[in-house]
Amino acid sequence: MNEATTRGPQDSGGRDPVPHFVSDAPFDPDVEVVLTEEQEKYYMASQWKLMWWKLKRHKIAVAAGFFLIFMYLVAAFAELFAPYALQHRDVRHTFAPPQSIHLFHEGKLVGPFVYGYSAERDMETLQKIYTPDPSKVHRIRFFCSGGYRGADYEFWGLFKADFHLFCPSGTRQPVYLLGTDRLGRDMLSRIIYGARISLAIGLIGIVVSFALGIGIGGLAGFYGGLVDNVVQRIIEILKSFPRLPLWMALSASLPAKWSPLYIYFGITLILALLDWPSLARAVRSKLLSLREEDFAIAAQLMGASTKRIIGKHLVPSFASHLIASASLAIPEMILGETALSFLGLGLRPPVTSWGVLLNEAQNIQIVVLYPWLMAPMIPVILVILAFNFLGDGLRDAADPYK
Amino acid sequence: MLRYIAHRLILMIPTLLAVSAIVFIIIQLPPGDYLETLIAEMQSRGEAVDPNQIEALRQAYGLDRHPVEQYFSWLFGLLQGDFGWSFEHNRPVSELIGQRLILTFVVTFSTILFIWVVSFSIGTYVATRQYSVSDHVATLIGYLGLATPNFLLALVLMYLANQWFDTSIGGIMDDEYRNQPWSWGKAMSVLEHLWIPVIVIGTSGTAGMIRRLRANLLDELQKQYVVTGRAKGLHPRKLLWKYPLRMAINPFIADIGSILPEVISGSAVVAVVLNLDITGRMLLDALRAQDMYLAGSFLMCLALLVVIGTLLSDLALAALDPRIRLGGGTSR
Repeated sequence: MNEATTRGPQDSGGRDPVPHFVSDAPFDPDVEVVLTEEQEKYYMASQWKLMWWKLKRHKIAVAAGFFLIFMYLVAAFAELFAPYALQHRDVRHTFAPPQSIHLFHEGKLVGPFVYGYSAERDMETLQKIYTPDPSKVHRIRFFCSGGYRGADYEFWGLFKADFHLFCPSGTRQPVYLLGTDRLGRDMLSRIIYGARISLAIGLIGIVVSFALGIGIGGLAGFYGGLVDNVVQRIIEILKSFPRLPLWMALSASLPAKWSPLYIYFGITLILALLDWPSLARAVRSKLLSLREEDFAIAAQLMGASTKRIIGKHLVPSFASHLIASASLAIPEMILGETALSFLGLGLRPPVTSWGVLLNEAQNIQIVVLYPWLMAPMIPVILVILAFNFLGDGLRDAADPYK
Repeated sequence: MLRYIAHRLILMIPTLLAVSAIVFIIIQLPPGDYLETLIAEMQSRGEAVDPNQIEALRQAYGLDRHPVEQYFSWLFGLLQGDFGWSFEHNRPVSELIGQRLILTFVVTFSTILFIWVVSFSIGTYVATRQYSVSDHVATLIGYLGLATPNFLLALVLMYLANQWFDTSIGGIMDDEYRNQPWSWGKAMSVLEHLWIPVIVIGTSGTAGMIRRLRANLLDELQKQYVVTGRAKGLHPRKLLWKYPLRMAINPFIADIGSILPEVISGSAVVAVVLNLDITGRMLLDALRAQDMYLAGSFLMCLALLVVIGTLLSDLALAALDPRIRLGGGTSR
């Protein structure tokens, strides 16, 4: 009986109802298993390539990524995308409502155009009331240069130019697609310029936060013991603060005499200062767990130096996780800046960010009268949404071997 | 268990000391002090400034002493329930913040309850119906809720309420009860107004919690004991309630530590937008006016709320989960 079981099922005679397939070819252990082309491609691919393949399957994440690239391009070339210069004021059109784009005028195709305003003053509230005037057809030009007030700008502060992606036909034929604010400044242009500050603050902030997080978390994870304990306590204390009140207190302590540029860097630093703990914690726990992985031990046994193990083996294997957590941390910074500026504690004019723009929409009376002042919240929500989608996709893709 | 509680309580002391030191440093950071702001204000109004009077004020408030000395006198004051003097309002801080802190606590507590109830029901519902229409809808709303900053949500809600119903949804009680002592009517009025800030502040936390509960529950539902239970003919509802849900519910308690700061942060800005009588607006004004004791006490109390909340959640978790209790450690 015992003998029969060790000899395997093939030898159990005619009792086996399902005939087993047994290859007649002689078994040669030296022959390599032939992989299909696809399998070979998969096995030979680098980690980053695998991540990219996995990310590509996440359609929404890819779409969000393209949207973010587009937004950053708009922010970088804000001068071209915005029809008016940042500080251009049109005193004849303060608090003008948004215009809608039309294609046909009285049954005839004229191409994209807007109807001009006819303004009237309500003698009771002294409020200026604008209504679209169907007799004024203001055509929108594309790839145009100049010809109206507010067209001139200094591109990146380097040279003067007046080329725009689209612009009104003349000074007297204004195009305000998202309306104007209390000084008659075009909201659309201001939102486009605001993207530059708002989006940049996330990037600069994440660089600072990364440096702090990786440095401090790496130290804690690498040295362990006392250093680890101290860092853990610091992180715990920083995390026990409600973030926003602390941000508020810190930014209120920035000297009022500082120039807007200094304030900008100060705010970025403050945002990063409270953001690193979660990153440091992630780096630390990753380092601790990766240190015990087989490949790290193998490298150690083969005599690799500590520097090489960390640089060559450990860092690349958690870099992908770091990128994923960065893309989830950036929106928090953007949000922080928006909230602070909204409260009037953050950036100050003439620096224009989405939060600074929203600051004007703080008062409910103003919002009810001029609801288009809330428009900057749309890009805020879209960008945060996109970063969240991208971050989720990256986090799923970060571990391509799973 | 008693040892665990004692251990956690002792650990709290250095944390609170560090928090108080950080708070004090931050409110000391701005150059100058309240008196300098006062002098500038008086000069701009064209009033004469009497240096002797200023010096007397400075001595009375102890602003001429060394910062370390000021810190310790503030700290000992805190321990005895003396929160210092508000320069701006010219009243003791404890008188000013008392009611606001109670309301902050009420708002925070109800928001967390809201987050729990809503995310528990929706999370369980969608996890048992993975990839159904309701699952996708809940996921989409969840993402939107995460991405919409709550102060903007408050603004939009206020605008819509004004346009559609022609009412104001701001405030946390009817105006007639403001600055009145607590009474039955006042409490009811607060309850009536409470739901808007609770929804506004709770949305993002709820969205996050739904996602976490869904993921946890899905993990649990794939485990073999669930398959075994199903194969043995256990009623589906009982199978869900008895084991997987119990396992998946841990984050509800463990995450208070991370949700609480979020909720308190959120309430600070939302309070400004919705004009609530909780900490937000007064903290903002105190920070602007360098009214250091008022601002410091607010920050300190908010941090204390978080620390105590985290402690309670850790204790509850230890009571629920023997792995933590018996491990005796503080690791999570």
